[in-house]
Amino acid sequence: MTVATAAPLVALAGNPNAGKSALFNRLTGGNARVANYPGLTVEREEGRVRLGAAGEVRLLDVPGTYSLAARSEDERIALFAVAGLPPLEAPDAVLVVLDATQLARHLYLALQVIELDAPVVVAVNLVDTLAKEGLEIDRAALERDLGVPVVFVSALTGAGVQDLRATLARVLANPDSARPGPRWVPQDPRLLGWIDEVGSAVPADWHRSNDRRRRALALWALLSLEEGDELTHVPESLRRAALAATDAAKSALRNLDEEIVRGRYAWIDEREGRFVRAKSRTGLSATDRADRFLLHPALGFALFVGLMAVVFQSLFAWADPVIGWIELAFAWLGDSVRTLLPEGLLTDLAVDGVIAGVGGVLVFLPQILLLFFFIGLMEDTGYMARVAFIMDRLMRIVGLHGRAFVPMLSAYACAVPAILGTRTMERQRDRFLTMMSLPLMTCSARLPVYGLLIAAFAAPGEGNPMTQGLLLTGMYLFGTFMALAAAAVLGRTVLKGKRMPLLLQMPPYRRPHLASIWRRMTTRTGIFVKQAGSVILVCSVLIWALLTFPRSPPSDTTAAAIKVAQAEQAERPSPETEARLADLESEAAGEQLRKSYAGRFGQVIEPAIAPLGFDWKIGVGLVGAFAAREVFVSTMAVVYNVEAAADETNVTLRERIRDARWPDGRAVFTPLVCLSLMVFFALACQCMSTLAVVKRETNSWRWPAFLFAYNGALAWVCSFAVFQGGKLLGFD
Amino acid sequence: MTLLRDIASGDSCRLLEIGGEAGFRRRLLELGLVPGTHLRVVRRVPVGGLVELEVRRCRVTLRTSEADQVHVEKD
Repeated sequence: MTVATAAPLVALAGNPNAGKSALFNRLTGGNARVANYPGLTVEREEGRVRLGAAGEVRLLDVPGTYSLAARSEDERIALFAVAGLPPLEAPDAVLVVLDATQLARHLYLALQVIELDAPVVVAVNLVDTLAKEGLEIDRAALERDLGVPVVFVSALTGAGVQDLRATLARVLANPDSARPGPRWVPQDPRLLGWIDEVGSAVPADWHRSNDRRRRALALWALLSLEEGDELTHVPESLRRAALAATDAAKSALRNLDEEIVRGRYAWIDEREGRFVRAKSRTGLSATDRADRFLLHPALGFALFVGLMAVVFQSLFAWADPVIGWIELAFAWLGDSVRTLLPEGLLTDLAVDGVIAGVGGVLVFLPQILLLFFFIGLMEDTGYMARVAFIMDRLMRIVGLHGRAFVPMLSAYACAVPAILGTRTMERQRDRFLTMMSLPLMTCSARLPVYGLLIAAFAAPGEGNPMTQGLLLTGMYLFGTFMALAAAAVLGRTVLKGKRMPLLLQMPPYRRPHLASIWRRMTTRTGIFVKQAGSVILVCSVLIWALLTFPRSPPSDTTAAAIKVAQAEQAERPSPETEARLADLESEAAGEQLRKSYAGRFGQVIEPAIAPLGFDWKIGVGLVGAFAAREVFVSTMAVVYNVEAAADETNVTLRERIRDARWPDGRAVFTPLVCLSLMVFFALACQCMSTLAVVKRETNSWRWPAFLFAYNGALAWVCSFAVFQGGKLLGFD
Repeated sequence: MTLLRDIASGDSCRLLEIGGEAGFRRRLLELGLVPGTHLRVVRRVPVGGLVELEVRRCRVTLRTSEADQVHVEKD
């Protein structure tokens, strides 16, 4: 390991749409290690690049940004990674990717990086699209003006990547050849004075006795720090110096930040004519022609709705058969293990705890992969920026980012991939707000529960035939409304953020790079399996234990009856004895469950859930449902002594549930209780996988704890209101 | 001094000044909306209250309410 980490570190920086991810993929061959930056939810990806004879380097993918200046913690990491500020490792060289068709804007970032005085290599990407845009770039002229090596590449086709490797190797061997010093140098003596004042407050472990670096970091401070900014890891003395300089300049009627940005752009504007030649464009560009339809107020919206319908349909219908296969495979595996191993506790643990738990993790993969395929496609083609454009008006009403629409919609299928999908938003506050509200959307795991309860509520052929459909629709509308309301409330309270002006960059439409989409799909899935999966697995073993322990042998009468039936069945097998035996065995299983920790827990919490109309058996079901909502159905089946393998269409289970009685003879599952229970399921965060994924994405236990608490409180209050309100109104 | 909202879709103008809070101004500046730069209004979406601009061959979209902080002069 020590030998491996000694490989030089190259930081890869670039604008969000410069094709950074595709180039990373080209250079590393798709292998990357993913972790979080310390203390943040920003992902840090690192891969290995072979430079031929020069050996290997580590390539660090810096989050996409159009400037190193930062306004949020997430943006701060770009500077810290490129400049190697403590506690981050200093890179040995920085590779800056630019979009050839948007050179002027992208050069702004390159200028900032060069100012930091690390060796720099510039890769001009997307050179294959230049001709179509009527542009021509003079590489040698650009190289002369920038003073660092410039390589033309196409991450899509791989052209120029070999050249880029050679250039990197050359620069690493001779670093000073790619450190030309700042390109734009302020001339105004007063401006220089202010910059140097701030520079003297730059800490020693930041500038490392390099005056160019010191001045570059002073410029960064002047552009990033302001009264009440949220940046951490910035020394207070530096912040004070930057604010003092800004104030001093203000009283001299000057805006320091504007002068700095203007200075850099002036440098670019003066030279752009030397290295970019634009032929007169004839007619509209391809992007403009596409946007005439895709951003059209009516047609664009219709096309968006159509596209979302495909995404939605695929998460539901296309993923379903694969999910079925995974479930079948694990059921088969469980059965095989049961036949191989002797009956006993260890086998139960292996089958019901571990194998079921691993299956419960892998079952999410089809939907995660599909969702990330669509998100990758939308991001890489440039359509994702348009989604925010189209949805801004609607999502703004509840305080969500326009891009939150895709995760919110995916949550109808399952909250787990949807929470992973919040990555598409750059701001932490937007991601967290979406994560905290979308679990209230009606996911597909709630359907079996609703199915059972609606059937218990109104049996088919009884009463109004429309009741069932209306109820289900009502539950969907209720979930959606509550999710949006939660977003509106949380966005104004717990996750109150500074109102951010909308600034969307609209990249030109591009052909997507499938290999890099695939890499993101697999890394994302890998992270889920490793980090959320382990939590899910531990929880499912824990829940299994709660439902299994303490072991209690069947009561003497049941045990005796089973023995008799077994003996009879061995002597004279008949369908009647077999049925009686099965009944007795489910009775034993029911007894076992009722005496287990979960069963006792259900009895302990009965006073708390009785005001909602629930008895302790429902309480046991709620414990089981924590493994996954649909498990409620099978747990109820065991509690009610129904044969195993029951599902929501099982007639016996429905009948048993309708026949269930309180000790005083009242029916348990009255229509009102069913409604109250459905409301509870709509709101309670009865899903350990959701919580595990929130833990992984927020990098703390605080947010999943909050989600669980507020969903639970909301569920209790609403169910209470439904049940007690219904009783007051005379329903039963 | 004219507001961005007075520029018709497809027309160009020259940027004079950006108002509003420091964070918003800095962001626009760094996206290339420096005073003196030429802008083109690409499209407006009245329903969504958005306006798309072209500056230095790049496209940036703002909300109309925030675009009122951008002062321009007609070309």
